[in-house]
Amino acid sequence: MDAFKSWIARSGTGSILLLALLIVVVFPLTMDIFRLNLVGKYLTYAFVAVGLVMLWGYGGILSLGQGVFFGLGGYMMAMFLKLEASDPEATKIQSTPGIPDFMDWNQLTELPLWWEPFRHLPLALIAVVAVPMVLAFIISFAMFKRRVGGVYFAIITQAVALILTVLIIGQQGYTGGVNGITDLRTLLGWDIRDDSAKLILYFVNAGLLIGVIVLCRWIQMSKLGTLLLAMRDKEDRVRFSGYDVAMFKVFAFVLAAGISAIGGAMFTLQVGFMSPSFVGIVPSIEMVIFAAVGGRMSLVGAVYGALLVNFGKTYFSESAPDLWLFLMAALFIGVVLAFPNGLAGLYESHVKPWFARRKAPKAAPAAIEPPAAPPPAPSHKSAPPATLPGGVQGQSA
Amino acid sequence: MSFDEIYNIALMQGFAGLSLFSVLLLMGLGLAIIFGQMGVINMAHGEFMTIGAYTIFLFSSLTESYAPGLMQAYFPVAILAAFLIAFGFGWLTEWALIRHLYKRPLDTLLATWGLSLGMQQVFRSTFGPKEVSPTLPDWLMGSWSPSEGLDIPINGLFVLALTLLVTGGVLLALYKSRWGLRVRATVANRPMANATGINTKRTDRLTYAIGCGIAGVAGAAFTTIGSTGPTSGSLYIVDAFLVVTFGGAGSLLGTVASAFGIAQTQSIAEFFLTGSMAKVLTLLLIVTILMIRPQGLFASKIRR
Repeated sequence: MDAFKSWIARSGTGSILLLALLIVVVFPLTMDIFRLNLVGKYLTYAFVAVGLVMLWGYGGILSLGQGVFFGLGGYMMAMFLKLEASDPEATKIQSTPGIPDFMDWNQLTELPLWWEPFRHLPLALIAVVAVPMVLAFIISFAMFKRRVGGVYFAIITQAVALILTVLIIGQQGYTGGVNGITDLRTLLGWDIRDDSAKLILYFVNAGLLIGVIVLCRWIQMSKLGTLLLAMRDKEDRVRFSGYDVAMFKVFAFVLAAGISAIGGAMFTLQVGFMSPSFVGIVPSIEMVIFAAVGGRMSLVGAVYGALLVNFGKTYFSESAPDLWLFLMAALFIGVVLAFPNGLAGLYESHVKPWFARRKAPKAAPAAIEPPAAPPPAPSHKSAPPATLPGGVQGQSA
Repeated sequence: MSFDEIYNIALMQGFAGLSLFSVLLLMGLGLAIIFGQMGVINMAHGEFMTIGAYTIFLFSSLTESYAPGLMQAYFPVAILAAFLIAFGFGWLTEWALIRHLYKRPLDTLLATWGLSLGMQQVFRSTFGPKEVSPTLPDWLMGSWSPSEGLDIPINGLFVLALTLLVTGGVLLALYKSRWGLRVRATVANRPMANATGINTKRTDRLTYAIGCGIAGVAGAAFTTIGSTGPTSGSLYIVDAFLVVTFGGAGSLLGTVASAFGIAQTQSIAEFFLTGSMAKVLTLLLIVTILMIRPQGLFASKIRR
């Protein structure tokens, strides 16, 4: 029994259950469908933030191009929905019926070959996860094998985000250009725009998110998670111990990409469109701040971070748009200078000791603990993403 | 088409490439010092350029309303002012923010991104969300045509000349002055530089501020080509980083070479493709080359 209790505490099951309770029970009960849909949208960003916790917090690799994978996942889903929405019947006023409207506007007369697979839902669903993961593999394999890391990796991922944005905007006829893919209606004949569909999609989204968090938590608790941490802190020692460091990094990056892509696909389903404004550099960096605010070491924290920042964004950009960017600036600088471990770090250092003091007389171990910053968690200020020196070394090596 | 016309087109095309080269180099120079030499990822670099651009705008509107007679002469003074103002802000930023983060490069990235957001909002609140352009002196307008059918824009020539001047100055300062010696010593081996009596913290601050000042000059020069808005800076930032990384961080000559290579590739590609596809092609080429040769074109041979 004690072993079970300590496993519960270690695995952070309590905090995951608490989060699940909040998003599966509390939110749907207290919010109307409009707000719930909004929360659903924020939760799709939380996928990216969770991916970043694995990649950045655990792997020590900062990617500024997570929007690429979020966007790709979203676009794959949108392509399927768009093809379904533009059957010959619905598009008979076009000069070429049966192709998406933006293609018709751009004088395309037939569907490009690479759109064809997206006529089929299973293929589209596979593509949602597979395409971003393959891209992530290509990028990261080439770079990590050559021991490029840290700053240089961040810059390259940023360049990739820029390339994809320019490409999507430039190839208007194939991608919908700057407006993106809009006017999505049904999924296999099921109208995704009405309220009941939105409710169901919200629950699917929430379930997937919890599933992803459990998966990541499982990875963190396995030997693989320990290795990732070890690699972050002392890359060379792990390498000298005989591990192929590059492949672990590739794994972390591909995992984060896959998770982000699921978020992107759910975004398309819930919001009903996809556009390049979720792909580029600015959204990609914003997604990093979600993870940073929540705490880069905490899976559950990342979700709270995404929710909090986005609630803030929605609230302030409506009531005081001038103030919002300043707040965002303060958030970036404050999180970095004062709270490197984000909300979860604050909880660990302030709230938990307080609880512990109150509970001390009862001498009962707390069953509900946060997703602990892992045992070897260094003190606040000295928690740099430690792969960086390795990366710089790799540069000159 | 006669031979003469083709020759002229080739010349003008070549000049378009040179013009882009000077723009890229000017953007990259400040960053080559801050990122290349110090290793600080300054995501607010574009905003320091915007400071320079707004300085020119401010000077031009002030001159226009208070001393219209001096319209022909304000520009050089304004460029100097752009340098000084950006230098000052850089100095302050280093003191307030950057110096706490030298050991955490990835966090610097986030903090300076936050800084850039804040600065953008300051620009928007001060100068308004619309793009502005200064009234340029007459001698910067028009074009120079050495022969029939050949037009070379003067503002392009001006930016090119300024770029050469600034690059020469930076090279000279880095390799011939005491400051340059201190910077290079600090980059090569910080503890040892400290031990020989170099105040590395002061060197850091001065270096960062000079990099920001050069960004200000770059922004000032760009007012002759395009207009300035609150978010103009963010358009340059990725290009600037790629120029420096591609050239090989730590190598100033590498930055020059990579700016030249990137500019020529893009302007030649633009001749055959649409603008956006040319950009995609150039960026893809850079990223691919960086994947194969991550240390950049000219890797500096320092032991880290």
